[in-house]
Amino acid sequence: MFYRESGQFKTSYRADQAIFTIPQDRIFFALFMLMAYVGVPLIASDYLYTALIIPFLCLSLAALGLNILTGYCGQLSLGTGAFMGVGAVSAWNLAYRIPDLNILVVFILAGLITAAVGMFFGLPSMRIKGFYLAVATLAAQFFLPWLFVKWGWLTNHNSSGVITAPQLELFGWVINTPMEKYLFALSIVALLALAAKNLVRSNPGRQWMAIRDMDIAAEIIGIRPMVAKLSAFAVSSFYVGVAGALYLFVYLGSTEPDGFNINLSFQTLFMIIIGGLGSILGSFLGAFFILLLPIFLTRVPPMLGFEFSTALVSHLEFMVFGALIVFFLIVEPHGLARLWQIAKEKLRIWPFPY
Amino acid sequence: MNPAQKTIGDVLLKVENISLSFGGVKALTNISFEIREHEILAIIGPNGAGKSSMLNCINGFYHPQEGTITFKGQPRKQMRPHEAAKQGIARTFQNIALFKGMSTLDNIMTGRLLKMKSGLLSSAIYKGPAEKEQIEHREFCERIIDFLEIEAIRKVPVGRLPYGLQKRVELGRALAAEPTLLLLDEPMAGMNLEEKQDMCRFILDVNDEFGTTICLIEHDMGVVMDISDRIVVLDYGRKIGDGLPDEIKRNQAVIDAYLGVQH
Amino acid sequence: MMFFLEVLIGGLMAGVMYSLVALGFVLIFKASGVFNFAQGAMVLFAGLFFVGFMELGVPLLLSLLLTAAVMVLLAGVIERLVLRHLVNQEGIILFMATIGVSFFLDGFGQTIWGSNVRQLDVGIPTDPILLFDGDILIQSFDLYAALVAGVLLAILVVFQKTRIGRALRAVADDHQAAQSVGIPLNVIWVIVWSIAGLVALVAGVMWGSKLGVQPAIVSLALKALPVLILGGFTSVPGAIVGGLIIGAGEKLAEVYIGPLFGGGIENWFAYVLALGFLLIRPQGLFGERIIERV
Repeated sequence: MFYRESGQFKTSYRADQAIFTIPQDRIFFALFMLMAYVGVPLIASDYLYTALIIPFLCLSLAALGLNILTGYCGQLSLGTGAFMGVGAVSAWNLAYRIPDLNILVVFILAGLITAAVGMFFGLPSMRIKGFYLAVATLAAQFFLPWLFVKWGWLTNHNSSGVITAPQLELFGWVINTPMEKYLFALSIVALLALAAKNLVRSNPGRQWMAIRDMDIAAEIIGIRPMVAKLSAFAVSSFYVGVAGALYLFVYLGSTEPDGFNINLSFQTLFMIIIGGLGSILGSFLGAFFILLLPIFLTRVPPMLGFEFSTALVSHLEFMVFGALIVFFLIVEPHGLARLWQIAKEKLRIWPFPY
Repeated sequence: MNPAQKTIGDVLLKVENISLSFGGVKALTNISFEIREHEILAIIGPNGAGKSSMLNCINGFYHPQEGTITFKGQPRKQMRPHEAAKQGIARTFQNIALFKGMSTLDNIMTGRLLKMKSGLLSSAIYKGPAEKEQIEHREFCERIIDFLEIEAIRKVPVGRLPYGLQKRVELGRALAAEPTLLLLDEPMAGMNLEEKQDMCRFILDVNDEFGTTICLIEHDMGVVMDISDRIVVLDYGRKIGDGLPDEIKRNQAVIDAYLGVQH
Repeated sequence: MMFFLEVLIGGLMAGVMYSLVALGFVLIFKASGVFNFAQGAMVLFAGLFFVGFMELGVPLLLSLLLTAAVMVLLAGVIERLVLRHLVNQEGIILFMATIGVSFFLDGFGQTIWGSNVRQLDVGIPTDPILLFDGDILIQSFDLYAALVAGVLLAILVVFQKTRIGRALRAVADDHQAAQSVGIPLNVIWVIVWSIAGLVALVAGVMWGSKLGVQPAIVSLALKALPVLILGGFTSVPGAIVGGLIIGAGEKLAEVYIGPLFGGGIENWFAYVLALGFLLIRPQGLFGERIIERV
């Protein structure tokens, strides 16, 4: 009833090109961000932060990165896990070797290093596409974690190979509690999400989508496929790299670098398929869904009186994920984000059918 | 409109002795012709005559084994399609090649990309130069949308549009680059009479108002004879006719090719 | 020199095992244009059912038949629930759908049969054979595996010449066109996926006898992907040759280059080799070159 588009005229192209063109959307989003910054810290427990909210933020950033490459530019990658590893390992090295470096600089540099590595492994996309490229990214996925382990310098020759994130500090603010870590991660993710939204609605995004939808036509209207694809690899890897750095610094705390394995790659891929290929919002919805599902599977059956073993739960998880992927690809390839949009469109005209 | 009143300028594009083959199959044999500034040149011929291959050579998608193409006085041997686009050659396709996941407006804005400069960083920040640029070019694209009378569908994903409208959007995307030379590959294929009339009007208007040189492939002889200034006829990869519409109508080789004389 | 030969032969034999998985990929890709990521999971799935039946005391031959029936049934279900709804979709969507199928089968098989490593003994001799007065040692099991792969290859090559084989290739070229000339797409797909399922069964039995039936088979089967890139996605002999090259290459690399980097390069060598190969010859050794047209 209150959510209606008719009668709200836009009088300038600037207004028509805004992210939220309808005031109701703007208000809703402002309330949502207020909730995220004030509401969540008031009610969330430490468990909720560490089990759900913080990993959610890190992984949605990774999903966002993958979505830029796969959803917007159409280049399938199965190497997200390894690229997160590159981000984590380079951030750790930067922070460890240059102790006084500002943490934001560390993250940006880690992102840039990952972008460079991503572009390198993106080079085959000049000549191949589709699943050929997916196989090429598998090379990154298997090679890079091996490199992290074998190249001792990367982990400072630590015998166990474990890297541990240092104390986080930003302009004198010591980030210690889960709540502080959450606010830190939230700010980074929000900022990068805004930047991503800006990218996909202007020149770079149009280049990527043109390549995705029809690369030959894109080249004929003057887009250089090499530049478009490599920029998608670079931006995507930057996001994934920062996500990896966050994953280590605010979520895991310490890890073995070969933990950034193929399962992580699949997990992020599932997030964007279920959330919505080619949608910023979808990356978040998908990440939320994928993280919530295992918790749901572990918690709910016992409440209903079924006792499942941990092994069984993990097998069930595989089955449910697999079935959901197929389901979404068949029924709604644009994922949860599209469902959200449909709900909004329905709401827009409710209660009048026309 | 009377073609005779139009001032046809110098040679814009010159094709000399082009030969193209795939493996052993010869698609084009020793073809030469010229496109002059401001004119509407039609390439006609039976199916498989090599018309599309010819366009593909002109905009750099295929690289002919022999011969040269001279555009704006500069000869070239090998050129990638995006370089051709940069020089001012735009085109539409026989089978529509729109970006299906994007809206009409985005498709046309994408056609405008060559004229836009914002890079990754300023686009990511958006506020400031990138936004200003977006709005500036949006105005130009809106003019094209007006011109093609597709205002109502500007935000609709093109995948959902009917065929005739898709062809129009594709023309819009090509126009957005403000090309010097516009290649149209069967712009009227599969259209009904009314849609064809609209499309003819757009083509003539583009030629007239923007001064764009047009080279088109079309099977509808009525349309071709009406709107083109000159016609090149291909058959089995060879040129069998080149001249004014009236000359072509009387050309014996052309009549044979169309009526199917045994070769 | 003898040591080199031994490593080489060992590698070639390991390569045969990759080829067995790769064959399944090629069949489905040739016949439906679908890049079936689930082939590895199908190998595990078939292996689990086979070893499961054996453990229940079902005789070997009957177990084989029962598992074959399960695989045919599976093909039907996949066609009915997945493929039918994705006709004419882009290759990349189908590819991602098979990733979903892969996860589902992986989870489903283990939900039914558990995730323990199960020994499988179908009576293939495993004693070592010595050649050149004992200078070279090879496993007789590997010889049998090579034999099985050879027989399989022969059957498949003959099959392609048959009527069904031709229909399969028509379907791969263009779904709609094949349908319009009266090729029953759905039936063809079931047939192809059944055949790929049976190939997976053979691979499952061989892999299972060698390593035991275990979930790790799925990730080992991923090695079939670089094999395909080398051999070309559309070539049955390519799958065999590619498998041999990858198998031999990674063993030789591990033995001769590995020590320089602290070992363990076997895990990624195949992929990096494929990556390099892609840059030089994207269509693979035996693949068909694609001419793009607009």
